[in-house]
Amino acid sequence: MSSAVRRRLDRLATVLLGLVAFSILGIVLGILGDIFLKGRRTVTWEFLTQIPLDGMTRGGVFPAIFGTVCIVVLMIMMALPLGVLAAIYMVEYAGQGRIARVIRAAVNNLAGVPSIVFGLFGLGFFVLFVGRNLDRVTGRDLLFGQPAMLWAAATLAVLVLPVVIVSTAEALMAVPRSLREAAFALGATRWQVVRGVVLPQAWSGILTGAILSVSRGAGETAPILFTGCAYYLPRLPVVRLTVPLLGIQVPMVNPLDQFMELSYHIFIMATQSHNTMLTRPIQYGTTLVLVGLTFTLNLVAILARRRLSRRVVKA
Amino acid sequence: MEGLVTKTDRLAPRPAVSLSSRTQPPGGGAVGGERRRVPAAKRPVLSAPRRPARLRRAAEFLLEKILFLHGMAAILLIALIFVFLFREALQALHRIPLDLWWGGTDTDWDGKAVFVQRWQPNGDVPKYSLVPLVLGSLLVAVPAVVIAGLIGLATGIYLAEIASRRVRDLIKPIIELLAGIPTIVIGFFCLVTLATLLQGIFHTRSRLNAVVGAVGVSFVIIPVIASLVDDTLRAVPGYLREASYAMGATRWETISRVVVPAGVSGVTAALILGMGRALGETMIVLLATGNASQVTFNPFESVRTMTATIAAELGSVPQGGDWYASLFLVGAVLFTITFALNLVAEIVVSRMRRKLAL
Amino acid sequence: MKISSVARTAFAAASAAILALAPAAALAGSITVKGSDTMVVLAQRWAEEYMKKNPSVTIQVTGGGSGTGIAALLNGTTDFANSSRPMKPEEKVQIQAAKKQLFEVPVALDALSVVVHKDNPVSVLTLTQVGKIYSGYINNWKQVGGPDAPIVRYSRESSSGTYSFVKDEVLKGRDYASDCQTMSGTSEIAEVVARDKNGIGYGGVAYFAKAPGVKIVSIKKTDSAPAISPLGPNGLPDYQVVYSHSYGLFRPLYVYAAGQPEGEKKTYLDWILGPDGQKIVEQVEYIPLPKK
Repeated sequence: MSSAVRRRLDRLATVLLGLVAFSILGIVLGILGDIFLKGRRTVTWEFLTQIPLDGMTRGGVFPAIFGTVCIVVLMIMMALPLGVLAAIYMVEYAGQGRIARVIRAAVNNLAGVPSIVFGLFGLGFFVLFVGRNLDRVTGRDLLFGQPAMLWAAATLAVLVLPVVIVSTAEALMAVPRSLREAAFALGATRWQVVRGVVLPQAWSGILTGAILSVSRGAGETAPILFTGCAYYLPRLPVVRLTVPLLGIQVPMVNPLDQFMELSYHIFIMATQSHNTMLTRPIQYGTTLVLVGLTFTLNLVAILARRRLSRRVVKA
Repeated sequence: MEGLVTKTDRLAPRPAVSLSSRTQPPGGGAVGGERRRVPAAKRPVLSAPRRPARLRRAAEFLLEKILFLHGMAAILLIALIFVFLFREALQALHRIPLDLWWGGTDTDWDGKAVFVQRWQPNGDVPKYSLVPLVLGSLLVAVPAVVIAGLIGLATGIYLAEIASRRVRDLIKPIIELLAGIPTIVIGFFCLVTLATLLQGIFHTRSRLNAVVGAVGVSFVIIPVIASLVDDTLRAVPGYLREASYAMGATRWETISRVVVPAGVSGVTAALILGMGRALGETMIVLLATGNASQVTFNPFESVRTMTATIAAELGSVPQGGDWYASLFLVGAVLFTITFALNLVAEIVVSRMRRKLAL
Repeated sequence: MKISSVARTAFAAASAAILALAPAAALAGSITVKGSDTMVVLAQRWAEEYMKKNPSVTIQVTGGGSGTGIAALLNGTTDFANSSRPMKPEEKVQIQAAKKQLFEVPVALDALSVVVHKDNPVSVLTLTQVGKIYSGYINNWKQVGGPDAPIVRYSRESSSGTYSFVKDEVLKGRDYASDCQTMSGTSEIAEVVARDKNGIGYGGVAYFAKAPGVKIVSIKKTDSAPAISPLGPNGLPDYQVVYSHSYGLFRPLYVYAAGQPEGEKKTYLDWILGPDGQKIVEQVEYIPLPKK
C-alpha cells in the first residue's frame, strides 16, 4: 500500500471513530430530549405537590417523590456505614493476602448480580426469612413479614453496597502514602492513622460515592417491585407518634409501611393505568421528574469530586 | 446491574491494584526519602499515652475484628444470595419432573397430544420449559453486545488514542450521563418512541420484539464497554506505540495492529462483562420485548427473557408453591450464568495484568 | 472529629428509635386492596371517592392481576383481593388451612370483550374461533373471513384473572399459543391493538368501550347462535345481554377476604355494594349488579 493510501486510511479511521464516539452524544440527546420535550408541560408546581386525582389522569406525583426520598435515605443509612467500614478494612488492614483478594472478588461479583435477582433475594430473604422470623420472635402477627419500605431499602442497600465500597476504596487509596508514614513515624496506631489522617482526606470521595449510590438507588425498579411499592397510596408513609413524657405528637416516617415510588410509578402508569394513552402526559412528567432528580444528583457528585479533589493534600 | 457505570467496573482491569503502588504520590517524594513500611501498633509511644498501652492495644484489636466483620459483608451477602436462591431452586427441581424443564405436552382441538416448549406455569397442566426463556435472553443480549461492542470499542479507542484532552473531558461526562439514566426511563423510551421508530424502518410483524429490547439494552452497556476499553488501552505501555511509530506506521496502523492487540484481553473482558450486564437487564426487556414465551431464532419476533419472567410473575405467586419455586430456579440459572461470566472476565483480566506488568 | 462522632451516635440513636417505635404505631384505619388489573380502575375510583367522604380512612390499591391479589390474600398481606375469576379449589384449601373462612362477594359484572383493529373487516367470531385463534390453531385472518394476513395475538400475563378466565372458558384448558405477546395490563392491550392492523386482544369492557382505534367483536356462543355484542346502541355496555346471559363472555367480578369483614372494612364493602359504589361501576363502564 502506498503511503498516501495509508495516510488516507488513517484520516478515515480517525473521522469514523470520532463520529461513533459523538453518536453517543446523539443518543443521550435523543432520549433526554424526547422526555424533556414531551414532559415539560406536565411538570408544574402542582404536579410536584399534589396526589394523583381522577383515576390517576390528573393531579401529581407528590407521594411518589416523598416515597423515593424516604427509601433512598433509609438505604444510604444502611449502606454507607457498612460500605465505608468494609472499604477501610479492605484498603488499610487487609493488605495483599488471600483475604483481600477474596473480598475484592466478592465485591466485583456483587456488582455483577442482576437487579431482579436482588428482588428475589429481597423477597426471599428480607421479607420472608428475616421478617417472618422477627414476627415469631416478637410475637406479632405478620407485622415484619410483609412487603415494607424497610425491606425495600435493605434490598437497595445490598445493591449499592459495591458502589459505596469501591468509591470509598478509591478515595482511601488516593491519599498519599507519605501522610500515613508520617503518622506511623510519630507512633500512631493504625486506627489513629485511619481516623485522624486518612479519613479526613478521603471524606470528599466517600461523599461523592454516597451521592452516586443515592442516584443509583432512586433509579432502580426491579429490586423493589415486590418488596413494598403500591399503585395508589395517596397517604404518606408517616405516622404520628406520641412522645412519652412530653405528650406531644411527632410525625415520623414509618419504615414498615408501603409507599409509592417514582420509578415504580412510571412502570405502572405505562402498563397498568386505566387508559395508557390518556395518562401518557403524566407518564412523561413522572419520567422527567425522575431523570431530573438522578441527573442533578450525578451532576452534584461529579462537580463535588472535581472541586474537592483539588483540595486533597498532595505530598 | 442497571444504571450508573460505577468504578466497580474499573476495579477489574486496573493493573496491579496493590496498596504500595497505588498510594504512591505523583512526584514520588516521601518524607525522609525512605519508603519502608512501618509496623503498626507495636511501636513504643513517644508522647505520654492518655490510656495504658495495654487497653489501647485491646481496643485496636477489637476494632480490627469489627472492621474485619464489615469486610466480610460482601462475601457474606454473596453467600446469602447464593443460599437463598438455590434453596428454593432445589425445591423446584425436587417437585417438578426434570423433563418438564425441556418441554411438555398440550392437547390440541382434536384431542391429540402435542409436544410444546412453553413457559406457562399457570394452568391445569403447567408448562415449565426453560428453553424459550434462555433463548429469549440470548436473543436480546447477543445483538445488544454486538451493537454496544462496536460503538463502545470505537469510542474507547477514540478516547484513549485519538481524542485531545478537551474532547475527552467533553465525552467522558456524556458517557457517564448515559450510564446514569435509570433503566426504567430507557425502557419507557423504547416502549413509546423507539419501537414505533424501528417498526417504521423494519416493518416487523411484532412491534415489540427482541431487537427493540436489544437496542435499549445496548444503551446501558455502551458506557460499560467504552470505559473499560478506554482504561485497558491507556494501560498499554507507551514504548509499544513508540516502537511502532519509529518504524513508520500511521496512527491508525499503530492502533489497529499494535495497541488493540496488546489490550485484547481487556477488550474481551469488557465484552464478557457487557454480556453479563445484558443478560441481567430487566426493566427494558420487560417493557420492550412483548414477552411472548416462544422458541424462535428470529430477533424480530417477540421474546420472553428470564429476567422479565421473574419480574412479571413473582408478585402474583403464592409463596411455597411450585410456580414460586420455579421462578427461583430461573433466578438461580440467571445468577449462575452471570456469575460464570464475571469469573471468566476476571480471569482474563488478571492474565492481562500479569502480561502487561512485564 | 468530635462533631462527626457525636453526629454518628445521634444518627444511630435516631434510626434505632424509628425502628423501635414504628411497630408500636399500628396502621390504624387502613384498608389494603390488591389484585385484578381488570378491576384496578374500579378499585382506585372507589378508593378515591370513599376517601373523599371519609377522610379518616386510608385505602391502598395495588394491581398486578387477580393472581397477585389472591396470592396476597393467601400470604396474609392484603385485606381484600379483587379477582376477575373465581378462586380455584386448591386456593380455597389454603385459606381453610389457615383456619379462616373464605368470604366471596361479586361486586360488579363484566362483559369480557375481544377486540381487533378498527379497520379489520372481521366483526363476528364464534367462541370456538376465538379459542382456536388464541391457542394457535387458526393463524390467518382469512380463515375467519378477514384479509390474508397473519393474526398477531396479544394476551395478558399469567397472573391475570382474565388470562385464567379465557384459558378455562374459551381455550377449554389448552395452552395459549407460544407467540402470544403478553402485556402487563389491559390498557396496554388497547394501545397495541390500536396500533396493529392484524392484532387481536381481550379484556374487560371498560377498557375498550370508548377506546379509539379498536373495535369490539360480537360473539356467537355456538355456530348457530346469534351474534351478540357487549355494547348497546349508545356505545356503552348493554346491561341486558349480560343479565340474561346471552352474551357468551360475561363474568362476575369478585372481592375476596379471609374471614368475615368487620368494622371499617365491612362499611367499605357495604358502600361498594350500595348505590354510590354501583354508580361508580356505571361511570367506569362496567356493569353494575342487577337491582333486586
